Amino acid sequence: MTDAPAAAPAASRAAKTGLIRGRADVAGEGMAYLETVPRRLVTLYLPLSLILLVLLFPFYWMALTSIKPDEQLLDLERINPFWTPTPTLKHITKLLFETNYPSWLWNTMFVAIAATVLSIVASVLAAYAMVRLRFAGAQWVGAAIFLAYLIPPSILFIPLSTVVYQYGLFDTPFALILTYPTILIPFSTWLLMGYFKTIPYELEECALIDGASRWQIMSKIILPLAVPGLISAFIFCFTLCWNEFIYALTFISSTHNKTVPVAIVNEFTDGDIYRWGSLMAGALVGSLPLVVLYAFFVEHYVSAMTGAIKE
Amino acid sequence: MTDLAVAARGARRPIRAITAWDRLKANRNWLGAWYMLPAAAFLVLFLAYPLLLGVWLSFTDTRIGQAGEFVGLENYEWLWGDSVFWTSVFNTLLYTGVASVVKFAVGLYLALLLNRHMPFKAIIRAVVLIPFIVPTVLSAIAFWWLYDTQFSIVSWTLRKAGLIATNINFLGDVWNARWSTIFANIWRGVPFIAITLLAGLQTISPSLYEAATIDGARPWQMFRHITYPLLTPIIAVVMTFSVLFTFTDFQLIWVLTRGGPVNATHLMATLSYQRAILGSYLGEGAAIATAMIPFLLAAILISWFGLQRRKWQQGGRDD
Repeated sequence: MTDAPAAAPAASRAAKTGLIRGRADVAGEGMAYLETVPRRLVTLYLPLSLILLVLLFPFYWMALTSIKPDEQLLDLERINPFWTPTPTLKHITKLLFETNYPSWLWNTMFVAIAATVLSIVASVLAAYAMVRLRFAGAQWVGAAIFLAYLIPPSILFIPLSTVVYQYGLFDTPFALILTYPTILIPFSTWLLMGYFKTIPYELEECALIDGASRWQIMSKIILPLAVPGLISAFIFCFTLCWNEFIYALTFISSTHNKTVPVAIVNEFTDGDIYRWGSLMAGALVGSLPLVVLYAFFVEHYVSAMTGAIKE
Repeated sequence: MTDLAVAARGARRPIRAITAWDRLKANRNWLGAWYMLPAAAFLVLFLAYPLLLGVWLSFTDTRIGQAGEFVGLENYEWLWGDSVFWTSVFNTLLYTGVASVVKFAVGLYLALLLNRHMPFKAIIRAVVLIPFIVPTVLSAIAFWWLYDTQFSIVSWTLRKAGLIATNINFLGDVWNARWSTIFANIWRGVPFIAITLLAGLQTISPSLYEAATIDGARPWQMFRHITYPLLTPIIAVVMTFSVLFTFTDFQLIWVLTRGGPVNATHLMATLSYQRAILGSYLGEGAAIATAMIPFLLAAILISWFGLQRRKWQQGGRDD
């Protein structure tokens, strides 16, 4: 696992970066002319559009609900429910100006960025040490970090809540900033180890002969070459933080400290029959930052997702 | 001229004796320890220690705000006779089993579809991953609205199509609630599996398929004898992750049903939250969480052997 030849990850990375743009896949194009159009329609376009419809419909419904006026939400008979002739921004403006939503967004953003930065710094150092310093027992530490990757938050939150309480962090953003790295570090260390392995050893040897210290080699040679990997790790960690729910639910109790997912579930779900508009608006606005980030960095997401599993 | 320059530089910097400090600075183990320190500190303080503490808590009668005493296996004995706990074990196994199998089947099928040549390929592949990007809680809220008893658009559509007479009670009925949550989990998990398997598919050389076509292989034979064997290692890893995270799922159930109706859809994770945090019996909740560890260990072992088997793919020897 750790002793895989460096060429193999490089080759698979070449395939991965081409994944979304379709640069690397000759497989489909090579023999596509053997198929007739009606056959392609039944075996490819029909099932694909069905799956896409199911995958995307909840988002369409979420977006539509957040711009529908209240009375249309509950009246499915008189107006076609799949469209709205009179869109309104009422739910979204109410959300942004009459609730704590902006401060929840800010909390989520702050916690996510702080935890991500901490994790990336720790992971870069750890990954460099394991791949290039290769201290005694590096494989065993690598295996231990992989095991840490497999320990889910659901079995840790109970003891962690007592730990967080003992350290005096309960109900502060630091409870989340310091616990999220336990989810992020194993993942990003594995991802970065994969990237570091693809950087030629010769560069480092030259630098050593020229008298560079290990720290200089890491900061001036390895890191600039690993920028794509760093971006992947960064945005993926950010997404995981934004997504995290159980720690935020357990460690934060006061309303103004909550993160978006927890706040929406706890603050908006009163018995009000008209709550759906603001709930969906909250879900939509809470997802948008990630979707925008995703739109800009699609390939980095994919290489992060497949990278940490493949290395 | 050159001699002079060399002499001048040599004079300015006499060679210094190497001290123990210099040797230490270049020592791999010494440096490695310092580089590992931040990551190790996080993982020991907030992962390893809580993991052990959790096992210890499960043998005590700790409650929130009250230190507990060692009570031996009492929590486990109590859980053994607790029907709600057994329902949650049953639900967890059902949820994990059904969702993982369907996610794998649909994910592999979707990956095979996406691997073919088509217009707008890039956009379609990017769009498929969106359910994975949007925070689970927020898409679960969308599902909550889709599963509403009165205003569900799904019920409405089926009613208009004449397939059902009255609205479906998605989350109010025990079995409906189970299938509804399983469906939401599948919806959320398929993109991850599809995109990861697609990355695996693209490393398979097209010349293998060309050779098989010339030899007269049917599409099923090509899948069975080329695609599947070459994809096995990545399938093993992806499915281990999928099983692991489905087994310990919390968010979907918590948003959609909170374990209801009448505790019928509790997973072990949601039950432990309810007992430990809402009910303040930390010891009992920790016992439920600890009971999940054997299942997780099994999944980890499978993953380990799945990873090891990659060697033959890369030209190494088989295990």
